[in-house]
Amino acid sequence: MSEAEAPLLVAENLGKDYGARIGCRGVSFELHEGEALAVVGESGSGKTTLLQLLSGEFAPTTGKVSYRLRDGDLRSLADLGEAERRFLMRTDWGFVRQDAREGLRMTVSAGANVGERLMGIGARHYGRIRATALEWLDRVEIEPERIDDAPASYSGGMRQRLQLARNLVTSPRLVFMDEPTGGLDVSVQARLLDLLRGLIADLKLAIVIVTHDLSVARLLSHRIMVMRRGRVIETGLTDQVLDDPREEYTQLLVSSVLQA
Amino acid sequence: MSESSAPRVAAAREAPSPSAPRAPGYNFAYLDEQTKRMIRRAILKAIAIPGYQTPFASREMPMPYGWGTGGVQVTAAVLGEDDVLKVIDQGSDDTTNAVSIRKFFERTAGVRTTTRTDEATIIQTRHRIPEAPLKEGQIIVFQVPIPEPLRFLEPRETETRKMHALEEYGLMHVKLYEDISRHGHIATTYAYPVRVDDRYLMDPSPTPKFDNPKMNHSPALQLFGAGREKRIYAVPPYTEVVSLDFEDHPFSADAPNEPCALCGARGVYLDEILLDDKGGRMFACSDTDFCESNRAATTEPRS
Repeated sequence: MSEAEAPLLVAENLGKDYGARIGCRGVSFELHEGEALAVVGESGSGKTTLLQLLSGEFAPTTGKVSYRLRDGDLRSLADLGEAERRFLMRTDWGFVRQDAREGLRMTVSAGANVGERLMGIGARHYGRIRATALEWLDRVEIEPERIDDAPASYSGGMRQRLQLARNLVTSPRLVFMDEPTGGLDVSVQARLLDLLRGLIADLKLAIVIVTHDLSVARLLSHRIMVMRRGRVIETGLTDQVLDDPREEYTQLLVSSVLQA
Repeated sequence: MSESSAPRVAAAREAPSPSAPRAPGYNFAYLDEQTKRMIRRAILKAIAIPGYQTPFASREMPMPYGWGTGGVQVTAAVLGEDDVLKVIDQGSDDTTNAVSIRKFFERTAGVRTTTRTDEATIIQTRHRIPEAPLKEGQIIVFQVPIPEPLRFLEPRETETRKMHALEEYGLMHVKLYEDISRHGHIATTYAYPVRVDDRYLMDPSPTPKFDNPKMNHSPALQLFGAGREKRIYAVPPYTEVVSLDFEDHPFSADAPNEPCALCGARGVYLDEILLDDKGGRMFACSDTDFCESNRAATTEPRS
């Protein structure tokens, strides 16, 4: 298999139990470079647990996650040292949280938020760090004069865009997103989604996006996984699954979307 | 270290204050021998891993936290009967904190004390490193309030420990970045973070950054004690200590331009002293011993 065809992220029979309760069970899939996978399902269906397993935040009870490093080696996350995993997390990966307060440093300026990853990998030139931060703020449509403001003074939509900039500054290949549009009003959501779609295409990002909003999934993802009670009940191309759902539960999900 | 054969400073020109009789009822230097051994073990570990914050079982001391309980415990553990102790607070030998700690050890250890930097074998300090260069065989003990340089950016102790373990120090530069973006320059003037021996990030206690360069390759042993936070760390003699900075905003120690109004010394750290309520002020050496020696040297030359 040539490098271009090799998967970037492989999940094999992933499962996580919280004591007697099931977090998720038996999840397997492959994700290729530049591919967007949406994980949908109701609250408590195990979407977020799955994301935490994939990103190495939690160790799975069963199964394993492998990731193809930049040198081309497919390595199991469990075999990586903690230092390597954390390095991966702040260079080759990104994580956009639902609550921007978890993903940002609220007390330092936007510029420092974007620059943190650069400084983390050894950038020591203030002028260049700032120039890169400005460039990224521009790409996520934040006015340059807001660079020295703390994200606490930002609106919800701006915070999410700042999170994007902070994550993308090291040109990651894989970004995890946990309900990135949650809690935003519809027009702000639309703008964020538009921006996201452009960035994913430009940067050839692979993303795993967890959402309960089917329209977000339709707009951003190529493939979709429907989860219920910790298990994947249906997978396929996004359009195919949403236009012609096979499982009863998916049919219910699709039909319960309000038509404006 | 108390009973060791560490090289001592050459015989003093003027005899320091004669050793006072030790007050009855106290073990030598207040702490019991087991406690001192425990602290010495922590100190040895700290010296072996320069800049690493070694935990120790800090004791209650007869003074409030923040007054130097960590420094006092370290001093008590390294103090020997023939040591000569100097205690300074902000460079001064005669402020409350310095006087009471000096008296404490006069009473409980009966050791000789001095105000002269070159006569002392152990110098306990809050904030300053004396202007007179330190020598081999001397020990300088710093009182540290917050040993963790990353604390204000990362409140979780578990996380900062991990960051030290994995050498993830980018966050410290975030702080310096913030300084520059807010003030146009690195506005941190004390507790200025340093990298020790190209490994551990260290808070040099609230010493002004003016003193940071003195830590680099110092011939004296530098010990840091944080009583409330229960940490001891150390910089062994002749160890590299580098102040963090950016390539385009390099570290500068910022020596004051003015000379000392009392002794005329230049390039030393000055205190601003208010003289009246009409805006009168003067700048004088913060290191009182250095200032007095200078003035004595100009009036009657000493050998």
